[in-house]
Amino acid sequence: MSAFFVRNARTLAAAGGVGVAAASAWYYGNQTVDARVGGARKMYPPSADYPDLKKHNNIMASNLTPKIYAKLRDKATPAGYTLDQCIQTGVDNPGHPFIKTVGMVAGDEESYEVFAELFDAVIDERHGGYGPNDKHPTDLDWTKIRGGNFDDKYVLSSRVRTGRSIRGLSLPPACTRAERREVERVVSDALANLAGEFEGKYYPLNNMTDDEQQQLIDDHFLFDKPVSPLLTCAGMARDWPDGRGIWHNAQKNFLVWVNEEDHTRVISMEKGGNMARVFQRFCSGLKEVENQINNKGWEFMWNEHLGYILTCPSNLGTGLRAGVHVKIPRVSKDPRFENILKALRLQKRGTGGVDTAAVGGTFDISNADRLGNSEVQLVQIVIDGVDLLVRMEKELERGRSIDKLIPKGDGRGL
Amino acid sequence: MATGKPYPPAGSGIRVRPWQDYSSVRPRFRLFCKSLEIFTRSHGVWKLQGSYDSDVSIPNYPDLTVHNNWMSRCLTGDIYKKLKDKKTQSGYTLDGCIQTGVDNPGHPFIMTVGAVAGDEESYKTFADMFDPIISGRHGGYGKDAKHKTDLTFENLRGGDNLDPNYVLSSRVRTGRSIRGLALPPWCNRAERRDVEKILKEALATFDGEFSGKYYPLKGMTEQEQQQLIDDHFLFDKPVSPLLTCAGMARDWPDARGIWHNDDKTFLVWINEEDHTRVISMEKGGNMRRVFQRFCTGLKKVEDVIKSKGYEFMWNPHLGYILTCPSNLGTGLRAGVHVKLPNVSKHPDFDHFLEQLRLQKRGTGGVDTAATGGTFDISNADRLGMSEVELVQKVVDGVECSLTWRRPWKQVCLFVCLLKAMEAGKDVYTVWPKAYPDLTKHNNWMAKCLTPQMYHSLVNKKTDSGYTLDECIQTGVDNP
Repeated sequence: MSAFFVRNARTLAAAGGVGVAAASAWYYGNQTVDARVGGARKMYPPSADYPDLKKHNNIMASNLTPKIYAKLRDKATPAGYTLDQCIQTGVDNPGHPFIKTVGMVAGDEESYEVFAELFDAVIDERHGGYGPNDKHPTDLDWTKIRGGNFDDKYVLSSRVRTGRSIRGLSLPPACTRAERREVERVVSDALANLAGEFEGKYYPLNNMTDDEQQQLIDDHFLFDKPVSPLLTCAGMARDWPDGRGIWHNAQKNFLVWVNEEDHTRVISMEKGGNMARVFQRFCSGLKEVENQINNKGWEFMWNEHLGYILTCPSNLGTGLRAGVHVKIPRVSKDPRFENILKALRLQKRGTGGVDTAAVGGTFDISNADRLGNSEVQLVQIVIDGVDLLVRMEKELERGRSIDKLIPKGDGRGL
Repeated sequence: MATGKPYPPAGSGIRVRPWQDYSSVRPRFRLFCKSLEIFTRSHGVWKLQGSYDSDVSIPNYPDLTVHNNWMSRCLTGDIYKKLKDKKTQSGYTLDGCIQTGVDNPGHPFIMTVGAVAGDEESYKTFADMFDPIISGRHGGYGKDAKHKTDLTFENLRGGDNLDPNYVLSSRVRTGRSIRGLALPPWCNRAERRDVEKILKEALATFDGEFSGKYYPLKGMTEQEQQQLIDDHFLFDKPVSPLLTCAGMARDWPDARGIWHNDDKTFLVWINEEDHTRVISMEKGGNMRRVFQRFCTGLKKVEDVIKSKGYEFMWNPHLGYILTCPSNLGTGLRAGVHVKLPNVSKHPDFDHFLEQLRLQKRGTGGVDTAATGGTFDISNADRLGMSEVELVQKVVDGVECSLTWRRPWKQVCLFVCLLKAMEAGKDVYTVWPKAYPDLTKHNNWMAKCLTPQMYHSLVNKKTDSGYTLDECIQTGVDNP
């Protein structure tokens, strides 16, 4: 009998899995809270509602076939979020000049399950190959980092950011005012209990004095109402500035944004090249915050497959962007620069952020990946990559060739 | 979750918000509070919600402390509590209605409404909020009042010869919604395409003066686009946050388009701010012909869609149903572009317009200011008066050949003033003097000189410059 189970364990597990999947599909499929049901409103076939994506170039448009649309259109998450709401931002924004945008968002944690067929395809494309059964490793043990203390003459500043969502409350595209305020309350209460290097103050956006506002602008901490249509069309600017705010510690090197594009964005930064210390503070701070909210009975959204759940599929997994502002005027002029970055699994941006171009040979270099590698792995990738770039820059300064230093392959072997 | 404890944790409370006194509000926000009374009233409403901290049943009530629109004035906590869990049959909620008003606290030029309807039923389901908004916006329209619809253009008196030296163009517009389909803030792509299909097919059956062509926004050639821009027909994707926050720009430019007749005097916009906007216009001052074409065209559209089994959204209380409560009733704006460089400088110009139930705008539309003394003068009202009555108001207000038979004193005053100022006369020599007090008088002049007669004659002069006032002075002085 037990031999039967052992031999057929895999099949049984699969059957069990299918059973669970079928049950949950039935459960979610029957949650047809879609507004089209009943009454005076006309029922249309999905083909009549399928968006016109002919001029579109985003990942959602590349993957949303009429068949998938027909299957998912009448579904809704338990909170009532629908596929049309997920994809609205991608329908309204056909393309972006610099990057192929994702074109869809999640309204809540369950969106990733109810609309899995589309999200899986989008996630797979966006994260360079990620299957629906892949596991994502989470590792916030900063002691594993090797190196990470860059030459201050080249690395001007170091920064690590991620996001966290509070389980049970809808995400910014879908949250009600009450939920948003609850996120604010939960997070600001947790932060108020931090001590030592993490002692700080919360500044709600709608109750800031002029002085405080000016100070936050000068520190480059203040975030403003989103103007990018990528965000506004997804409904993330609703009820501004209700429930939004900024918290930072006294030393101004640990910062939390509340209810901007995600429930929270956590940022650790400082001038100079001590990425190791920045990451250490990042991990300790996150752990502290998580302890505090756990004490009150709350959790972060997380699962084994997608890691930390955030609004945009591009930020799943670690949601981590570890980067430096580094002066590499010579290396960046090398015709092989793009390929070097690709091999190192790094990306470049201007020092003004994702929508800007670089100025004066100073680049924002950060990890390109988010999902599939742990936080420690990604920060190590950045550290190793930036080390190499700085070495190359120094070699070029001395007039030597960098041919021997060029990394081979696409760096996936890391 | 794994621990088996309830999630989210129970007792998730409401943030305690400190009471804000007026002085702590930043100056920028005071701009939107036209008077301290309005501010403290909205503030007071805010505080009444159990100071928000003890009333856990309405945690979702919006923060309207810096707001000044009709929605923020009318949506009390009690009303919000009553309506917040209701839905129309198509699924539209109160939060959907008010989102635009929450996201847009105020407008520099006009008192905005701050709420929209997602479908016809919204006005009924959320009547507790919409009724006071409608009453406020339309000058006191009761919730049981009846609205009269009258599109018989023959009932219009005059209007065919507004002086073309002053009146550059005449235009009448309204909107219509197709019953059974959700409105632009809420419609899905299929419904929007359905609206386009129904109207496109209806308009394609027209001939004669109404023979025309449909230009969908999607797939327009460069040439067509340029022509429509030159004709001032093309509408663009809305940028005003009043519209975008209400969700009216979704899926642009899917199922949007413009239809116009070959003469370019009758124009239909499809799926812009309403299902349809119908516009009749021409250069010059023949408002009568513009209105005739308007009524005839509307009737034709309605006849055709009825034959296909559709109808317009309409009811006896609110008239024609449109997205914005400000356009209920007739949805009609009849207006002219008129040159008034002198009279517009008069300090009482706005007061006159108000008396005449007219409003002024710049020639670029609702969000612009006038340039070069040329104004867009149109009716201020939409609801409570019929189409004929509203166009009549515009005609009367602008017409320079008004007879004394009209019992409307203010019109006479204004028109006299208008004529005189345009002729360059000093206002105080022609300011219509007050009708003399003849209550204690008993002479033939007092018996015969009615106020209407007085006002129509007071500015006349004989060749030698003798005036009416001088004629009657002896009778006024000797009762």
